[in-house]
Amino acid sequence: MDDPLLSVQDLTVRFRTRAGTVTAVDRVSFDLAEGETLAILGETGSGKSVTAQALMGLLPRPAGQVAGGRIVYDGTDLLARPRSDTRRLNGTDLAMVFQDPLSSLNPVFRVGAQIGELFRRRRGASRSEARRKAIELMDRVGIPAAARRVDDYPHQFSGGMRQRVMIAMAIALQPRVLIADEPTTALDVTVQAQVMALLAELKAEHRMAMILISHDLGVVAGVADRVMLMYAGRVVETGGLREVYETTGHPYTRGLMASIPALDGPRERLVPIKGSPPDLMRLLASCPFQPRCEFATDICGTERPELMPVPARPESHRAACHHAKEVATDVVPG
Amino acid sequence: MDRPTEQVLPRNDSKAADSPTPGDPPVAARTRVKIGRLRIIASLSVIALYVVAAVIGPILLKYDPVATDLGSRLKPPGTLLPSGHTAIFGTDQVGQDVLAQMLQGARVSITVGLATLVLAGVIGVAAGIAAGYFGGWLDTVLMRLADVQLTFPSILLAIFIASILGPSVVNVVIVLSISNWVTFARVTRSQVLGLKNRDFVDATRTLGARTWHLMTRSILPSMIAPILVVATVELGHVILAEASLSFLGLGTPASTPSWGTTIANGRDYLSNAWWISTIPGIGLAILVIGFGVLGDALRDRFDPRLRSM
Repeated sequence: MDDPLLSVQDLTVRFRTRAGTVTAVDRVSFDLAEGETLAILGETGSGKSVTAQALMGLLPRPAGQVAGGRIVYDGTDLLARPRSDTRRLNGTDLAMVFQDPLSSLNPVFRVGAQIGELFRRRRGASRSEARRKAIELMDRVGIPAAARRVDDYPHQFSGGMRQRVMIAMAIALQPRVLIADEPTTALDVTVQAQVMALLAELKAEHRMAMILISHDLGVVAGVADRVMLMYAGRVVETGGLREVYETTGHPYTRGLMASIPALDGPRERLVPIKGSPPDLMRLLASCPFQPRCEFATDICGTERPELMPVPARPESHRAACHHAKEVATDVVPG
Repeated sequence: MDRPTEQVLPRNDSKAADSPTPGDPPVAARTRVKIGRLRIIASLSVIALYVVAAVIGPILLKYDPVATDLGSRLKPPGTLLPSGHTAIFGTDQVGQDVLAQMLQGARVSITVGLATLVLAGVIGVAAGIAAGYFGGWLDTVLMRLADVQLTFPSILLAIFIASILGPSVVNVVIVLSISNWVTFARVTRSQVLGLKNRDFVDATRTLGARTWHLMTRSILPSMIAPILVVATVELGHVILAEASLSFLGLGTPASTPSWGTTIANGRDYLSNAWWISTIPGIGLAILVIGFGVLGDALRDRFDPRLRSM
C-alpha cells in the first residue's frame, strides 16, 4: 500500500479543567487511504468526537490542546504548520458534517446564501453563479424543488433536509476527506438510512475518503470498510469491518454488539454492558475496561494492554486486550 | 436513485409555526402580545413625531439664535406677539419663541444622540467582539477597563472630559461616546461568549472561514437584536446626558441651542416665567420615556425567556 491520504500517529489531546487535566484522546493512531471509509465507534466520552475536532482544528481553546502526535495529511504534518496555513485546507481538503443540523446552520441566513457563500469566498464566483451552484448542489443532495427552497431559512426545513443542506455545504468544495460526526444521531430512523445512503453515494461519486463517527454499530455496518473502537480515549480494537464483527477481539466490542437488538432470530433479553465508563481524570495503570469486563483476570488490574494482533487475522486486526484470543474464540459470551 | 420520502414543508409553514394551532393560546398571553405591540407602536409614534418636528419644524418656524425682541420678552404661552404670530409655548428672556427654540434644539439633541450611539456602538461592539472572541489577556484588559469606567459616575466622567475638550457639538459626541461604549461592549461580549462555540460557527470554520469572516458574518448577524435593544435604551440616556451637559454649560455652545441650554437659560426665571424651562423639560422627558418604553418592548419581544413572565 502506498502512502495513506491521512495518517494520525499517536495523537494525544488533553483538556485542562479546574479539577485537573483530562486526557480525552490517548495515543490514537490510524491511517486513511484514498476513498476508504473508517468508522470510529464508541460511547459518549470515549474521545471519538474530540479526535475529529483535533483533525479539523476545532478544539476549544485554550482548554483543549494537542499534547502530542502527528496528523499527516498528504505528506505534511498539520500540527507542525501554523493554523492560518492549515485553515486553507478546511473545506477543500478536509470537511466535516456535524451531528445536529439545526444548530450547525446559521439561523439568520437563507440556506442558498450559506451554500453560495462558499463559492463566492473560496472560488470567487459571482452572486448569480453562486446561487446557481447552490441550487445544483441542493438538487444533488436530494432536496426536492431546490430552486424554490434555496431562499428558505434553516428553520423552514425538516431535520433530514437540514442535514442534506449540511452535507451539501461539506462537499461543495469537493474535499478529499469527509468527517461525519454522528451525522444521523439527531434524525429519525427512517431518515437516518436515507442520509447514510446519500453519504455513501456521494463518497463513491467523488472518491472521497470518509471518517464516520458513530455510537451505532448498525449505522456503520453498511458503509464502513474498516472500524476503530474507542474506549476512555484509547483505541481498543481496530480492523476490517468483517474481522471486527466476526472475530471480535475485545470484550467491549462484544458488549456493544450484544446490546443491539437483533431483528431476525429469537427474541432475547438484551445484554447491556454493566457499569459506566471510567473517570478520565484518574486512569489507573490497569486496563480501563477491567471493572466492567467479564474476562478480567489479575493481569488486567496491573498491566495496561497495548494494541496487539488478533490471532485470526494478525496482519490488519488488532485489539488492546490481554485476553483477545479467548474473546475471539469464545463465541457465546459468559 | 434515492428519492427522499420526507415531507417537504410547504412555504407558508413558518406562519403556521408562529401560532400553534392545537388549543389557542390562553387569553392572558394574547392580551400580553397585544399590549407589547401597542407599546411598540405608541412609543414609535412619539419618537416619529419628534423626528418629524426636528426635521421640518425649523423650516416652518424660523429660529435666529442672535435675534432679540425685548418688547416681547417673558410672554406666557399663547401670547399674540406684535410680529403677528402666536407664541404657543411663550417667549424667553430675550423675546425668542420657545417653540422655535425647542424645534431647533430637537435637531441638535437627536443628531447628537444618534451620532453618539453610532460611535459608541461601533467602539463598544468592536471591543466586545474582540474581548469575547479572543479571550485571554485582551478580554481581561478591555473588560477591566470597562469595570474601572463603570465605577465612575458616567456624567462625572463626561463633565471631566468635556471641560478639557471645551464645548462644541463634535466634542459632546466624543465625550458621550467615551462614557457609553461600555454598555455595548459588555452586552456584545456576553453574546459572543454564547455564540462563538455554537455549532454553526464551528461548521463555518470547518469550511475554511477566517476569523474576520466568522466574527462579521457568523457571529455579528446573530446578535443584532440585543444590540438594537441596548441602542434604544441608551439613546434616551444619551439625549438626557447631552441635555445635562448643555445645562451645565459644557455641551453645545449657545449658538446651537439644545434642550439643555434652553432649560438652563430659563432657570433664573422659574419664579416669573416657568414655561422657559418647564416646557422643554417636559418635551425631553416624553422623548426619553418613549425610547425607554420602546427598548423594553423590543427586549420583551426579542427575548423569549422574558415572554412567559
